[in-house]
Amino acid sequence: MAEYFWLIPLLPGASALALLLFGRRLSRTWVAWQASAAVFASVILSKAAFLHLARTSDGASGLSKTLLPWIASGSFSTSISFHLDELSAVMAVVVTGVGFLIHVYSAGYMAEDRNHSRYFAFLNLFTFFMLVLVMASDIVLMFVGWEGVGLCSYLLIGFWFERPAAAKAGMKAFIVNRIGDAAFIIGILIILASVGSASFAVINDAPRSGLLSAGLVTLVAILLFVGATGKSAQIPLYVWLPDAMEGPTPVSALIHAATMVTAGVYMVCRLSGLYAASVPASSVVAWVGGLTAVFAATMALVQNDVKRVLAYSTISQIGYMFIGCGVGAYAAGMFHLVTHAFFKSLLFLAAGSVIHALGGEQDMRRMGGLKKHLPVTFPVFLVGALAISGVPFLSGFFSKDAILTSAYAGGHYVLYGLGLAGAILTAFYMFRLIYMTFYGDERTPRAAENHIHESPWTMTVPLVILAVFSALVGLIGLPVFFGEKANLFGRFLEGVFGPAAHHLALSTETVLVLAATLSALLGIGLAFIFYRRSPDVPVRLADRFPGIYRLLLGKYYVDEAYDAVVVRPLVRGAELVYEHFDLKVIDGALDGSAAAAGLAGKGLNVLQSGLVRDYALAFLMGAILFLGFLLIGAP
Amino acid sequence: MISNVPIISFVTFLPLAGAILLIFIRSESVKTVRAVALAAALLTFATSLALFFGFNGASGLPEFVERASWLGRGLDYHVGIDGISLFLVLLAAFLTPLALLSSWRAIDDRVKEFSFFMLLLETGMIGVFVSLNLFLFYVFWEAMLIPMYFLIGIWGGHRRIYATMKFVLFTMFGSLLMLVGIFVLYAAYHKATGIYSLALADLAAISLSPAFQTWLFLAFGLAFAIKIPLFPLHTWLPDAHVEAPTAGSVLLAAILLKMGAYGFVRLGIPLFPQAAATFAPALSILATIGIIYGGLMALVQKDMKSLVAYSSVSHMGLIMLAVFSLNFVATEGALYQMLNHGLSTGALFLCVGILYERTHTRLIKDYGGAAARMPVFAGLFLVTMLSSAGLPGLNGFVGEILCFFGIFAANKVLTALAVSTVILSAAYLLWLYKRVMHGPLKDPEDKRLRDLDGRELIILVPIIVLIVFMGLFPGTILRKMDASIARYIESFRNKPPVAMTLNVPGRPAQEATTVAELER
Repeated sequence: MAEYFWLIPLLPGASALALLLFGRRLSRTWVAWQASAAVFASVILSKAAFLHLARTSDGASGLSKTLLPWIASGSFSTSISFHLDELSAVMAVVVTGVGFLIHVYSAGYMAEDRNHSRYFAFLNLFTFFMLVLVMASDIVLMFVGWEGVGLCSYLLIGFWFERPAAAKAGMKAFIVNRIGDAAFIIGILIILASVGSASFAVINDAPRSGLLSAGLVTLVAILLFVGATGKSAQIPLYVWLPDAMEGPTPVSALIHAATMVTAGVYMVCRLSGLYAASVPASSVVAWVGGLTAVFAATMALVQNDVKRVLAYSTISQIGYMFIGCGVGAYAAGMFHLVTHAFFKSLLFLAAGSVIHALGGEQDMRRMGGLKKHLPVTFPVFLVGALAISGVPFLSGFFSKDAILTSAYAGGHYVLYGLGLAGAILTAFYMFRLIYMTFYGDERTPRAAENHIHESPWTMTVPLVILAVFSALVGLIGLPVFFGEKANLFGRFLEGVFGPAAHHLALSTETVLVLAATLSALLGIGLAFIFYRRSPDVPVRLADRFPGIYRLLLGKYYVDEAYDAVVVRPLVRGAELVYEHFDLKVIDGALDGSAAAAGLAGKGLNVLQSGLVRDYALAFLMGAILFLGFLLIGAP
Repeated sequence: MISNVPIISFVTFLPLAGAILLIFIRSESVKTVRAVALAAALLTFATSLALFFGFNGASGLPEFVERASWLGRGLDYHVGIDGISLFLVLLAAFLTPLALLSSWRAIDDRVKEFSFFMLLLETGMIGVFVSLNLFLFYVFWEAMLIPMYFLIGIWGGHRRIYATMKFVLFTMFGSLLMLVGIFVLYAAYHKATGIYSLALADLAAISLSPAFQTWLFLAFGLAFAIKIPLFPLHTWLPDAHVEAPTAGSVLLAAILLKMGAYGFVRLGIPLFPQAAATFAPALSILATIGIIYGGLMALVQKDMKSLVAYSSVSHMGLIMLAVFSLNFVATEGALYQMLNHGLSTGALFLCVGILYERTHTRLIKDYGGAAARMPVFAGLFLVTMLSSAGLPGLNGFVGEILCFFGIFAANKVLTALAVSTVILSAAYLLWLYKRVMHGPLKDPEDKRLRDLDGRELIILVPIIVLIVFMGLFPGTILRKMDASIARYIESFRNKPPVAMTLNVPGRPAQEATTVAELER
């Protein structure tokens, strides 16, 4: 069955096409099941391909299939061809697996929505593009998936486009991503011009074969990473992700937590040969990741919207993945990507279940005491929170530890410190969320209270499955003191990344694990004190440090700064140029337009007016500018 | 295929025949007029498909060549198509029937005259692309302008007279200079060879002195630059577009603007290669300014049509930059992008026209939330926009990436600046879409915003299908262009050596010269 791996993206793609064309004529149930079934078929194929690779695990293997030649002109040539190796297989399994569960969940969550078929069409389309991104065998086709998922993100963030905030958030996401993509395109161009091939295999080999000089390797790696900061919401282009929470919650779970936003991490891993060859570029990756991890976590501390807490948390966790990649521990970065996909989609879907139960309420200040009302949602939420906080033996514990250990082993002590600080913050804001939502007084308005209900099975079953994975999936990547071969995940990917580089003394490893555990417990403990035992502490803190509190609550005013420094000057500047330069200087026909307004009634009496003279003047000015420039500009 | 049938003449003059036929139909029988006009345009398109399927393209030489003595002394009737002109002919033949169909409801005043001018315009447009004789080229070039003047001047908006005059003056000045250039060239060729000829192949074969080339290039180049339009000669375009009826805007954007770029590729560069190479850096800078400037101006437009018009300035800037990169991939990318721009901008004007027909306003602020009422339209409009913004998978990406790749080989700094179009186009188009289609319905009581009817679907869907097809299977088109473009590149590479070092990729020393030239 593995040889049909190329159908993995195409099945959801075909389903999306069918739904886009005929969806409105199909019944709701059919739409939901068709969409889910298409992804389920991809799950089966991905699993088959994955097992095939696991069996043949010689590293160099992989499945390839060229579907058709695509763009070819002169020395430029790309084809639509897929490649599945260990790395893309891991990604494909995660994308289809989590994607399938979210499709099923959506069947319940979106059951009432007017545009049900449009929703599932977009969700299928997203799955298609994400799998194209993952399985592309060259960087140009990856860019197709890369932009395609961006488009679906735009469509799904703005799914409820009647709401101005949703429409604006969708647009913002697309445009901010395009800023990164412009850099990405320049990176691709340098690769194509220097390496002469878009294929990942050739690009990864280019630093060694000398096709790319050291300087160009760094330049290309950084340009592509700028694209990744857009897609994966890192400093400085993270600003779109919190607003993206305007989309339906399952979308946030799938696109803005589990899959699309990790595409940047995947891209860096895919091009690990390139990044490993450039110390400066790797440092940039690691430092941007490290700073983002802490920076975003601080903003999560004070958010009151449950989805925004999770959004900043996602930004922060992706930062960890980039720390891993930047210090050369690509397998650790991928490992965190996988565990994060499970526990973060779990958290989002569980939050969605809470929101669903409260009839759309997202503000934690109007929640509280929900523990007893939501007997399934609460425990799974708790599992997710424990996993992300890094409590021992849950998945996040192992993956975060793998990253931090690698950072320490590589001698990146400051990054390690940032990671540890971020871990404390993570545990704190997650349990702040837990306490505010599920414990304490019920702050729901009385009217809504009677309607609080647990979600239907289509929603709770995926939650439970994800909870099981969030708890246990860490066991595939056990640290070294469970035995040299305990890290199945790392060994599976050795064919792609090569053997792990750093080895620490067992005693050091133990200290690091203890430190990680303690920081998780410290964060949880602080949250307990702040939000359970003495709820007046946060208030007093906010009063004591009003500046810091406002700064955090205002999200460091980065949006405002971008608006003031980039957006408004650009638009205002363009307006001024349009009014005073384009219309007046170049066109020069100010009188003419006034005359024309007056002449509108006079019919064709134009030739006797000053009109012609004005246009002639305008034309001459343009022509003189043009010719003058040519004659001066050319030698 | 019967080889001695003059297919090109059929394709070129079928619309004219249709127009003449219209004269004999009573103006009152509007339905007959429309049907005859549409039939003529459709027949033209069907015939043009014979060109596509019959075109071999392996030699790179003009095919389906017809040559007949006309006015004597080298002023021949001489037509043919090669890989460079084939698809522009097809584009014109494809879009004219759609443009006619789009006017079904929008034009109900003097329908006969309108249809007459539309068909006349089609003959002019196709004629320009098939001409292999410079004089014939000029005749069609001018002939095409006359119906356009009337289309804007009679069926245009409130400021149509103003816009028409501006259009007339700008293009007339350009054309006159070109005519002078043609005479000079004609005389020069006769002086050099003793033979009268204006056949393009003949003219390209002789070597002109650099000074001579410079003046002729400027004379031709100004006409072409106005038509493109190249910054700072663009100000006629927004006015012409805003005032023109939808059908006029569609053909203006899709075909007429292409004639400038086509003129450079067909005449300006092959006939005066050394001058072209000399001016390439300066023209490239203007083109790059146009990309960014057009994008920024598009961002702040309040009228949907002038937004699309400025987006054309930006897109045509990229095409110009690619053309003046003077290498194979850039040229092929530019030609492909010309087709893309024709389809996507044509469709954008159709979409604006569809909205305008319902509400009779083009101001963005008068809209809001239209997607709720017009879901099918919203989808097709979005695909059109994404095509224009170069989303991978659609046609625009293929053209853009080839242009970028080719430009990159010529000049890295300008490429980096040109890539900003990726951001700008997303910004002005999505912002437009957000304000018009998204948000709450502007006026829930307003029942005029109904979704597309069958006729409108017939207009838009074929374009959308092509947009997707050309995004996925560009080889269908590129392979037919290859040989002709290779020939074109060869032609000026082999000319006596002057400043032709501009575009040999991958040689650092020469890149340095290019940069130095630019800085000078």
